[in-house]
Amino acid sequence: MADRNAEHRIDQALRSRPPGLWPFLAAGYPSIGATEVILRRMGSLSIRGVELGFPFSDPIADGPVIQNAFTHALAAGTRVADIFEMVRDVRDEVAYPIVAMVSVSIVYRMGVESFVERARSAGFDGLIVPDLALEEAPQLATCAAAAGLRLSMLIAPTTPPERQARIAKLAGGFLYYVSVQGTTGQRAALPVDLSDHVQQVRAETGLPVVVGFGISTPEHVREVCGYADGAIVGSAIVKRITDALQTGADEAQVVEQVARFVDMLCV
Amino acid sequence: MTEKTSQTAIPDSAGRYGAFGGRYVPETLMSALHELEAAYAAARVDPAFWVELEAYLRDYVGRPSPLYLAERLTSRLGGARIYLKREDLNHTGAHKINNTLGQAILARRMGKRRIIAETGAGQHGVATATAAAVFGLDCVVYMGAEDVRRQMLNVFRMELLGARVVPVESGQRTLKDAINEALRDWIATVADTHYVIGSVMGPHPFPMLVRDLQSVIGRETRQQILAAESRLPDAVLACVGGGSNAAGIFYPFVEDKGVRLIGVEAAGEGLDRRHSATISRGRPGVLHGMQTLVLQDDDGQTQAVHSVSAGLDYPGVGPEHAYWASTGRAEYVSATDDEALDAFELLCRTEGILPALETAHAVAHCVKLAPQLGRDGVIVVNLSGRGDKDCVEVARLRGRKLGG
Repeated sequence: MADRNAEHRIDQALRSRPPGLWPFLAAGYPSIGATEVILRRMGSLSIRGVELGFPFSDPIADGPVIQNAFTHALAAGTRVADIFEMVRDVRDEVAYPIVAMVSVSIVYRMGVESFVERARSAGFDGLIVPDLALEEAPQLATCAAAAGLRLSMLIAPTTPPERQARIAKLAGGFLYYVSVQGTTGQRAALPVDLSDHVQQVRAETGLPVVVGFGISTPEHVREVCGYADGAIVGSAIVKRITDALQTGADEAQVVEQVARFVDMLCV
Repeated sequence: MTEKTSQTAIPDSAGRYGAFGGRYVPETLMSALHELEAAYAAARVDPAFWVELEAYLRDYVGRPSPLYLAERLTSRLGGARIYLKREDLNHTGAHKINNTLGQAILARRMGKRRIIAETGAGQHGVATATAAAVFGLDCVVYMGAEDVRRQMLNVFRMELLGARVVPVESGQRTLKDAINEALRDWIATVADTHYVIGSVMGPHPFPMLVRDLQSVIGRETRQQILAAESRLPDAVLACVGGGSNAAGIFYPFVEDKGVRLIGVEAAGEGLDRRHSATISRGRPGVLHGMQTLVLQDDDGQTQAVHSVSAGLDYPGVGPEHAYWASTGRAEYVSATDDEALDAFELLCRTEGILPALETAHAVAHCVKLAPQLGRDGVIVVNLSGRGDKDCVEVARLRGRKLGG
């Protein structure tokens, strides 16, 4: 944060009404340059923030679409340092918050303290480490808080209320509510009891709740934003890139198609 | 009745073995891990659980497995007396069945009607499919597409047993990727499904659970060697991929300080080329829900691994092995593909025993160690599995094609 008195970008985004879209992008897919251009384009859309996924070799929480994007990004040579450098380049050109979605393997290899420091200096505003369970999270939570990064933690439909409270105590920014018991990827319909769950989590924890997994259409986004503090769309956006590449689109066309789809998803 | 060990402080309540172990999974899986932990804690102190398991181990698996003095191998190598712990004689041909029967009984206690598993060489898949058949459970086995090719016979065996085998096309298309896919299945199906992990790996309580179930190997070995030699062995050898047969035979000897525990990893084409020697060359990291030693690059991305044996082709290792390596309680060495193939043939010709290629790595180290220990020495090699499944692959490597 350049100005320590300014409101944190994530808090500001969560406060703005109505709640809105948080698109997920796989860094380095189809190339780190393309990701950079897409991030710039997102600046002109009415999104609330971006979740930027660090490609990982073994993403157990992800379905086939994001797995494929990560495999492609790694095969294209995407390195952690490239992602930091790219974010640093776009940071001052866009106003929305950028949250790093990164596997614990990547964080631990670099070391918790140095990962947090590099993420902060690159201009990330928050972190989501989907495979870091509550019991293993205290060190990262402390480090992130000290650096002014918001650590969003996951809540699943199977998380008991008592555990939700302990997770919320450690988390910063928003809680990431996993809408379905499963991996990331499109679903035809959202669970019927999603609204009740989200409102229960928010009431019991007092934290904003953003919903992800299985959200893929403008209707889904509108519905979720009716009761949650935001909606994350991942696989459906990444799939637009895959589809565009399969039709032989060049990078400029890929960017255009992604931007058009994200614009359509914005409520 | 199963003996209660005095080493119960490891792991701690968070599943930690020193700096290793723990739980690194999406929140979606935590409730299932807590449920399993509670179910196993209850089963562990319930005599009925062990009575039922031991009846199956005796009457169905054929335990205790013999401890056999390999006289011709001993005299060929000209050193220590070599005993083979014959897990290859178990029903289904490997140690894996000790674990899958125990976990299937646990699954039934938890009211889960469906079990899933990953498999590398196919032995764990066959053992899981077998347990599913005998307990009437649905079974899905994930197997890397590359391993499906290398282990056609086991794929067919699993299908005969009523399991569905799903080839995994992601990543390197071997064991690591099969585990990813099994975890993804489990994330979506935790309510009615138990994941029968095949080795001493994954998030807590799996490494402890599988170690406890496999420890029957070491408990029998300890009694058998005392009966045969009136003393403990100088060294116990076992191959290490994830490390379940090694953990099973090592664990009851951990407090016998005079017994060297030696794990043999796959050096593949050599440690400076393609291999899967995780403890020899890995570094601390996180993979498949556990903190352990991992073969990974500077960004924390898991590296491609290689071994002639599909079952050792794994870039991580059970956290307790990483712990034993860090404390020096166990030693970890490696054997190359070529050394394992030579040992495979040596055991065939000297003893009439066709070992699994995984197991042949332990035999390969025995070839080096026996002369060093001299004629007064005693070595136990865990003969973890039989090699019928490997015949097609060995023939291919030797330039022969079998069958159609």
